[in-house]
Amino acid sequence: MSDIKTSVNLCGVELKNPVMVASGTFGSGQEYSEFVDLNRLGAVVTKGVANIPWPGNPTPRVAEVYGGMLNAVGLQNPGIDVFCNRDIPFLQNYDTKIIVNVCGKSTSDYLEVVERLADEPVDMLEINISCPNVKEGGIAFGQDPKLVEQITSDIKKIAKQPVIMKLSPNVTDITEMARAAEAGGADCLSLINTLTGMKIDIDRRTFVLANKTGGMSGPAIHPIAVRMVYQTAQAVKLPLIGMGGISTAEDAIEMILAGATAVSVGTANFVDPCTTIKVVEGIENYMRKYGVKDINELVGAVHER
Amino acid sequence: MATKFEEMAVVVSQKEIATDIYDLTIQTKEIAAAAKAGQFISLYCNDGTKLLPRPISLCGIDREAGTLRLVYRVTGENTGTAQFSKMVEGDTVRVLGPLGNGFELGDKKAFCIGGGIGIPPMLQLAKELNCEKTAVLGYRNELFLLEDFEAVCDTIIATEDGSAGTKGNVIDAIKANGATADVIYACGPTPMLRALKAYAEENNMECYISMEEHMACGIGACLACVCKTKDKDHHTNVNNTRICKEGPVFNAKEVEL
Repeated sequence: MSDIKTSVNLCGVELKNPVMVASGTFGSGQEYSEFVDLNRLGAVVTKGVANIPWPGNPTPRVAEVYGGMLNAVGLQNPGIDVFCNRDIPFLQNYDTKIIVNVCGKSTSDYLEVVERLADEPVDMLEINISCPNVKEGGIAFGQDPKLVEQITSDIKKIAKQPVIMKLSPNVTDITEMARAAEAGGADCLSLINTLTGMKIDIDRRTFVLANKTGGMSGPAIHPIAVRMVYQTAQAVKLPLIGMGGISTAEDAIEMILAGATAVSVGTANFVDPCTTIKVVEGIENYMRKYGVKDINELVGAVHER
Repeated sequence: MATKFEEMAVVVSQKEIATDIYDLTIQTKEIAAAAKAGQFISLYCNDGTKLLPRPISLCGIDREAGTLRLVYRVTGENTGTAQFSKMVEGDTVRVLGPLGNGFELGDKKAFCIGGGIGIPPMLQLAKELNCEKTAVLGYRNELFLLEDFEAVCDTIIATEDGSAGTKGNVIDAIKANGATADVIYACGPTPMLRALKAYAEENNMECYISMEEHMACGIGACLACVCKTKDKDHHTNVNNTRICKEGPVFNAKEVEL
């Protein structure tokens, strides 16, 4: 272990390794703790939490598609009070960083949660302005650069923890949103959220998902995510958390080479509950194979042929 | 102490027992020994394009031999279940389980009611219930597992086309046979479960139903497979509960259908 340095620094927060989980795929870690030693993860990113409980969308909420899946869970969550009393104390039992994903329907919803978390033992906040499955809030904030900058700066005024803005790929130019978040004072960016998709049941001639559309994730979107992380890394100075279809250590390393300081495993957790640990170990093996002493040497290290 | 296991199971045998209905036995290391009637397992495809596990109910559990019997329906061409149906003795399949809560075994006179592909999990329950019991099976037309049930308990059947047993549904079969019980255990399509919930209320019976929904993780993290609940759920803090974790078996009074 000691021959290589896997730790990374994300805006002042030291992660033991760059591997975390994508919000919404891992709950608050409790269910996966039966399979995965959470102490081995760089951070746990929680499912989105709002100021009040949200019931989410009707079912069916998920559908499988070729090389991926669609989800329209609709950010069901128990609300910030239950979350603070139950989920944060659970995660405190582990030697990993706690990143809370924050969702809302209005600016004041987001601010209420951020304020409530100010004195909680939470390491970073990830602001979800990119969920495609809720009618109000969510992606509505993430598709207009003026709104991205505004909500980022509103949150930054009251947040006590570093703020990660989570960007949507459902835009013409993701770098425009990245620059807007940077201008608003974001400390870090995470990308990409899911791509809006649709699946139709040809026997019943209706939509598979009750919500009609859902966010596509899984290995099929990985190349899109790598491209967007690369473009964003060229456009802003902020550290990036790369995600989108990461299923293996090789996928994670691609994302790091494209410019991500850390990476999140999402849908792959559903395919194999132990994926995160395999990615952690695979990154170490890659470093040894190529004699990489410090993982930071790899961040953005893709170069012209 | 882990209660769920991820392992590579080995196919012991497989055969088609009715059109598109397959009877698969797999050897597990730890899952079978830990499994309860009414629980399910996740089966994974050996194919990077089909990502999500397929939740399959347990038709039979041999805890000593460590084997599980799975009777499932192939849902179409190029599906995960179509892949499973091609497996032969000695093949391996990745499995996660046992999942869900399973049935609580009581001692009241019971109906074990299965409709369609909801029939298989009722077999293990019927075997384990140590009380007076009647199996009530509802088929479209083609029968399967009937002899297995008849070997365990009194069995009455209904078919939609009347080709065997009572013409109609499981409630029609109960009425036609004058069968009685104090508690219902059931698995099957939602309209059947809805009708049984109402039937149980009218007749002052307890009713436990096994639900299904599209799933992703199978372990309670993703919140894909929820059903509506009468009261606020302890975990979700809304009127939704996780079928894969708190279920799939619920007291019918507690869920909205």
